[in-house]
Amino acid sequence: MNRAQREAAARQIMERTPTPVPPDLYPEVLRRGGRMLRRRKAAARLMWLLLFAATAAFVVWALMARPWVEPPSETTPPLTGW
Amino acid sequence: MGRRRVVQDARRDREFEAFVAGAAVRLLHAATLLTAEPPDRNPRARRLLTLSLAHTYACWDGLRGEDPYDRTRGHLAARFARSTWRRPHPHPDSPLARLSPQERLILVLRLYEGVAEEQAGALLGLPAERVRTICDRATAHLLQPRGTPSAVPVAKAVSP
Repeated sequence: MNRAQREAAARQIMERTPTPVPPDLYPEVLRRGGRMLRRRKAAARLMWLLLFAATAAFVVWALMARPWVEPPSETTPPLTGW
Repeated sequence: MGRRRVVQDARRDREFEAFVAGAAVRLLHAATLLTAEPPDRNPRARRLLTLSLAHTYACWDGLRGEDPYDRTRGHLAARFARSTWRRPHPHPDSPLARLSPQERLILVLRLYEGVAEEQAGALLGLPAERVRTICDRATAHLLQPRGTPSAVPVAKAVSP
């Protein structure tokens, strides 16, 4: 028996017994798949929401703290009275 | 926005139902061969297929041209390979009852599903030569007449 014949025989053994598909398989797949999909969408929505909240918080802080304005010098005393 | 989503959901359900109608018989048979259960009492194979199909359903809109059958089969094989430590003994009614889980997995992927050696190896994290060796060994085990010991003696050519 050569390789091709052996593989054909093995294939035949595997294909011999048909497996009936139970009728409740599809509804169960839809139920689980739908739940998975809803969870994924909820997680994605939460992530976008967090990202938006973080951006908004940063913008508000930046407008209040104005980190791009040079702070007044603390080493040289202000030159006054001449 | 709401209307578009409803249309998209309906289209997904329609496409997915057609896909399952065409693929479920073959995939359930493959899963039953993997779990080595009898064809009419296969709770583990059903669970395996249900979870894999549910996964395909959940990422249906993100497939972008990828074959849903390949995706489901890959998920099924990976899930089976991962569940190795809580696997009961094979049922004697299964045609692959005498093979080890790994031999069943490779035999089903290679010969029943016709996956190429390289692809099967990539799926399981094995080099293609190793897949070939295991597939040959599994075929030899399967075709052995019943009653013979499962250990295959290593044939060494001894020349006088």
